[in-house]
Amino acid sequence: MEPQTLFDKIWDAHVVKSVEEGPDVLYIDRHYIHEVTSPQAFGGLRQRGAVVFRPERTTATADHNIPTTDQHLPIRDEVSRAQVETLAMNCQAAGIEHFGIGHPSNGIVHVTGPEMGYTLPGMTIVCGDSHTSTHGAFGTIAFGIGTSEVEMVLATQCIMQTKPARMRITINGSLNKGVTSKDLILYIISSISTGGATGYFVEFAGEAVRQLSMEARMTMCNMSIEMGARGGLIAPDEVTYNYLSEIPAFSESPMAQSLADKWHSLQTDAGAVFDKELHFDASDVPPMITYGTNPGMGMAIDGTIPDAAITDNTSSYNKSLDYMGFRPGMSLLGHPVDYVFLGSCTNGRIEDLRAFAAMVEGRKKAPDVTVLIVPGSQKVAREAEREGLADILRRAGFEMRQPGCSSCLAMNDDKIPPGKYAVSTSNRNFEGRQGPGARTILAGPLTAAAAAVTGRITDPRELMRICDF
Amino acid sequence: MKREKFTILESTCVPLPQSNIDTDQIIPARFLSATSREGFGENLFRDWRFDKEGNRIEGFVLNRPEYKGSILVTGSNFGCGSSREHAVWAIHDHGFRAVVSDSFADIFRNNALNNGLLPVQVTSAELGDLTEQIIRSPETRVKIDLDQQIITIEETGFTASFGINAFKKQCLLQGLDNIDYLLGMKEEIMAFEKNRSL
Repeated sequence: MEPQTLFDKIWDAHVVKSVEEGPDVLYIDRHYIHEVTSPQAFGGLRQRGAVVFRPERTTATADHNIPTTDQHLPIRDEVSRAQVETLAMNCQAAGIEHFGIGHPSNGIVHVTGPEMGYTLPGMTIVCGDSHTSTHGAFGTIAFGIGTSEVEMVLATQCIMQTKPARMRITINGSLNKGVTSKDLILYIISSISTGGATGYFVEFAGEAVRQLSMEARMTMCNMSIEMGARGGLIAPDEVTYNYLSEIPAFSESPMAQSLADKWHSLQTDAGAVFDKELHFDASDVPPMITYGTNPGMGMAIDGTIPDAAITDNTSSYNKSLDYMGFRPGMSLLGHPVDYVFLGSCTNGRIEDLRAFAAMVEGRKKAPDVTVLIVPGSQKVAREAEREGLADILRRAGFEMRQPGCSSCLAMNDDKIPPGKYAVSTSNRNFEGRQGPGARTILAGPLTAAAAAVTGRITDPRELMRICDF
Repeated sequence: MKREKFTILESTCVPLPQSNIDTDQIIPARFLSATSREGFGENLFRDWRFDKEGNRIEGFVLNRPEYKGSILVTGSNFGCGSSREHAVWAIHDHGFRAVVSDSFADIFRNNALNNGLLPVQVTSAELGDLTEQIIRSPETRVKIDLDQQIITIEETGFTASFGINAFKKQCLLQGLDNIDYLLGMKEEIMAFEKNRSL
């Protein structure tokens, strides 16, 4: 048999039908939904008199539009409250499992799915959210869809998709101290641009990827959409199996053993052909920050902002720098920071809180910075308390919010005010993403922690050196 | 459900020649709390059209009376970022029926096709010529013929072809809906569930 990529193996095994000169009808194993992109899909079903076909394959959580304080009280904003209640009603009527606000399994959809053991190697997974690519870290084909497609999945457990092209990004070597997988993915996106992988599904491979934890892999796959990729995936290995075996709901289920055998075939065969191959060396990657208004506008934290000549649309580039209040040639080290946001489906997992806490332990929050620490899920919040991370954070002057998407897209009150600078561990630095006029600088959790204790853009390696002595 | 058919569109255009326009610009997240599909056009490009006080920003192209029409001509990688279909609903609700660019983000393209908004992808050189022409002469009428897969300007002789998946094309030409198609496949889907290999 012809050698196959992992992506092809999973995709081909889920094709119900190939429409001639058309898209494939693709079967979806796991469907995650949330309050913002599902109501119109349920509305559409009702309009056509259809019902949810396989309710047991859909799981719902409220995350995008919920407050991160006082979650026990009714949501103040009426429209938001109505949206969250609509999700609950739709799920109840259809028999869909729903983890509403305050539920012990509530949290950001891309944090809770994996931690509950619902995301498993070899699956096809969709959600009306572009960061669904996160689940690719487990060796799945996972991607974001629109609301019409949410309706398709609810109605038929299938969607119609044209098969993307295949790309492999191989990263050899090891990451240096003070550098996280967030820096690695920002580095890759800045080298290939924010549209550099449009039309492709990316497999991340190589020694550096194998060394990453599941949390770090999720951060990478999460951001694959930020280079335009349909999704990103990583072949399952011992790290994957160990992560899953620690989830009792999964390891104690009969599914665990039956899946164990097939996982080993979930690898790209030697000699399989990709439409495009890229190579990077992890040891070249510095701590990264962004300076513009798309995630491809990134640079080394100690670098200088490039000249507009690097782009083919100088007016867009200059508009972007104007928005940020920056100019070419500037270094951002020492630049004052007003807000720090640790959280989101990119960096709101326990490992991110550990990294942040390790950096701030024994230090104090800088006086003029407002810091939002938002765990990705109730489980992450509980774990942070159990491990003593929350205590470390409190002693350093920080406080933890309740879980949700929060300031990543600022649908709730967690908005960055106009003109203010925020170092954010989230995924998008688009204009107004964190609030109208907000200026976002994307970074990893260590760089966010360094900003939180110094009030400035600070190379986390500097603080780590001080620690070492 | 029957949808509006898309056959031939002839209109003046609105030029917005910026690259990497993301769906947060098209419809900011704070307007996504609604549970219906209607009314999003009002907040299309909200923070580029209006200032903090809600006053129109006169220089922005949607506020300039000389640029009107149902074709949006934009820059590379249009619709990147969030998967929110609200972006397509907002563009459609505002009155656009086609967006022309030299590249589209994948999710946006699917969302557009599922809502009768035609993404017309031409080459960078063609996009440059078209943009220049409509900025110079806002009254220029552009014709998009879906069946022939061409976009033309009669008075200048400009012609460019564009690609589209044959299935999606038929759906648009006939006003057919993908969900109806899938609902018609229930038996095949159940057979797949019984016999699947992975």
